Amino acid sequence: MAPGTWWEERVHPLERAWVTIAFLIAVVFFSAMMLIWHGVGHQNVTGQAYRISPQAYQAEVERFVQRYKVGEEAGQPVVAPPPGSDVYMLAQRFRFYPILKLKAGERYVLHVASLDYLHGFSITQPHVWNLQLYPGYEWVIPFVPREPGTYHMACNEFCGVGHEMMLGKIVVER
Amino acid sequence: MAALAEVRTCPVTGFRVHRAAEDLVKANAVAAVVALWVGGLAAIVVLFTRWMGAFPPEAFYQYLALHAWNMLIFWIIFFEIALLHFAGSIMLNTRPASPAAGWASFGLMALGALTVNRAILTNPLNHLSFQPYPPLQGTPDFYLGTILFAVGALLGVGHFFATVHKAYRDRTHQGPLPLVVFGAFTAAVLAVATLLVGALVYVPAFLWSVGVIPNLDPFLWKLAYWGFGHPSQQINLAATITVWYLLAFLTVGGRTPSEKVSRAAFVLYLVAINLGSAHHLQTEPSGALSVGWKWVNTGYLMHLAVLGSMIHAFAVPGSVEVGQRLQGYTRGLFEWLVRGPWHNPAFSSLVLSVALFGFLGGTTGVIAGTEQLNLKWHNTTAIMGHFHGVVVAGTTLAFMGVTWYLLPLIFRRRVVAERLARWQPWLFGVGVGLLVLAYLQLGVRYGLPRKQPDIFRFRGLPLAFPWPEEVYRLLAVAGVGGLLALVGGALFVGLVVATVLAGKRLSDEELRREYALPVAGGARELPAVPGTFVLCLVFAAFFVLMYLGNYWNLSRSWPIGR
Repeated sequence: MAPGTWWEERVHPLERAWVTIAFLIAVVFFSAMMLIWHGVGHQNVTGQAYRISPQAYQAEVERFVQRYKVGEEAGQPVVAPPPGSDVYMLAQRFRFYPILKLKAGERYVLHVASLDYLHGFSITQPHVWNLQLYPGYEWVIPFVPREPGTYHMACNEFCGVGHEMMLGKIVVER
Repeated sequence: MAALAEVRTCPVTGFRVHRAAEDLVKANAVAAVVALWVGGLAAIVVLFTRWMGAFPPEAFYQYLALHAWNMLIFWIIFFEIALLHFAGSIMLNTRPASPAAGWASFGLMALGALTVNRAILTNPLNHLSFQPYPPLQGTPDFYLGTILFAVGALLGVGHFFATVHKAYRDRTHQGPLPLVVFGAFTAAVLAVATLLVGALVYVPAFLWSVGVIPNLDPFLWKLAYWGFGHPSQQINLAATITVWYLLAFLTVGGRTPSEKVSRAAFVLYLVAINLGSAHHLQTEPSGALSVGWKWVNTGYLMHLAVLGSMIHAFAVPGSVEVGQRLQGYTRGLFEWLVRGPWHNPAFSSLVLSVALFGFLGGTTGVIAGTEQLNLKWHNTTAIMGHFHGVVVAGTTLAFMGVTWYLLPLIFRRRVVAERLARWQPWLFGVGVGLLVLAYLQLGVRYGLPRKQPDIFRFRGLPLAFPWPEEVYRLLAVAGVGGLLALVGGALFVGLVVATVLAGKRLSDEELRREYALPVAGGARELPAVPGTFVLCLVFAAFFVLMYLGNYWNLSRSWPIGR
């Protein structure tokens, strides 16, 4: 396996062709696709985040719940904010609070933060998407619950023994 | 009594093998296999909990932590240090620069590994696998164990550099480094950077756990953590590819079609791979991390490292094709592959490892790390699918493959039950492959969270919900795959232990006769590798389709973002 003067070797045309193809796929196409999706796609992680203390965030969520509460389920308030409004959810060992009731096809602005540990905001069944939550950071990001149905949530970031009990729910009505 | 001499000449490879180096290789390889055994036992609890909810969540978290640390860190890094002793000393025909430093490295790593295992076994606070994010806090001994292990590994890497330097100083090696040592060197450079960043996260975490630092910023900690966490996997990547080149050489006398291109691909890892950290921050609160930052890091910069891997995806099978064609398997596009030495478990390990790593592990890594696509992948079982494709089907299978040479050439014992060994790569490779496919599907399509032990009962909570039937069927597929992999892993550990303890000792004459390396010709012009080129085109088409398919899947999700 003596390499000899390897820097002077001629590279076979087939290998040169492959390196070119690989460059076009990996460096040009894959990178461009991320940028293109910002222009044409409707699923982008572009929102805002604010530093906020857990107490202040909890107070915001409580105000929201008091204002739009329509019922109770499983010991949690069910909250139905009007279309186009700001909706709040908090994550805490081991719950997502409150249960949201939304209208399909309407735009909402989601506010979500953790009060204590890192949690995973995962709309999992049916699967929609997943966001990472931190204590002290309030996510503000618009979204559209497109299809009606009952959407179950589960924390997908290990947050301590008991993590498996951290569930939530969003109901989307026609 | 050749075995007791200070230095011997390997009858197979012609390397000058110093006893001090050989002992260090042996010790680290044995520790690696012990860790693999512990990690495998822990996998039983993890597997049956996910498959059928067999164990309570508390046990799941504990055994998951044991599984992760022993497999991903201890098995792989002990083996890599063994590899560095082999590449630095044996391949460059020199005595280790300082056997004492080599043993100090081994001792610290062993102590660190034992400390971490003990911490996980004795305190539920330490049931942290690879998202040990503050404010979650382990006990001080847990962090101390990780630091001891890292310092030991760093010492081992430093010792490798000193040994390479010694080889040049004593002129036991002249000219450029052989490709395998060059690859190992790349892995070692990555290891230094990675382990230093590791200190940046684990030392503060330790100080925090003993109360010296009042708190850690969870966001900054996670950012820094993946500066350690992801590049540490790139060490594995560089080491795996190094082992592939070594296996191609050992099994079929393979040589890379172009030294220049292969080396340039390793250099691409050095310049670009440390940016893998940003992959883990794709669904973070934006504003805290700008879109531009994510795009530059995970787009153009990271994809230079992907380019490096795609080059190896050509050069490694290309090496096999070159070796086989030089030996006369020149008919058609694929005679070199069809008529490979399939009776040799090292060869089937190589082929399976490259194929599974490329198609399942590599492509999914790029897709999961793509800014928007990560919305579907983040923290689902698809991520487990990705990294089992990379470090289990890829790295672990490659390391297992090279072990079939380590046993006769370094331990100088004949592998017991060689016929059984032929089955081992298939059981393990096919098993892991099934597990990966099922977890990818479960994650992307059904959003099944990773680290979720109780999807069957949810402890009877009022918000509990049933999963579709297909989820349970796919979990069974993953379960059967995992079981096959466990049987393959147990067979590996069993055969290795039996060989080391009771395998027939091989004389130099027997080694020369039975393990002779395939001769691949001298300085002649290397043959072209059209078969490899065709395989690569298939791979490229698959890759692009998967990538676009994931965007299509994402486009059907709820709109998010402005």
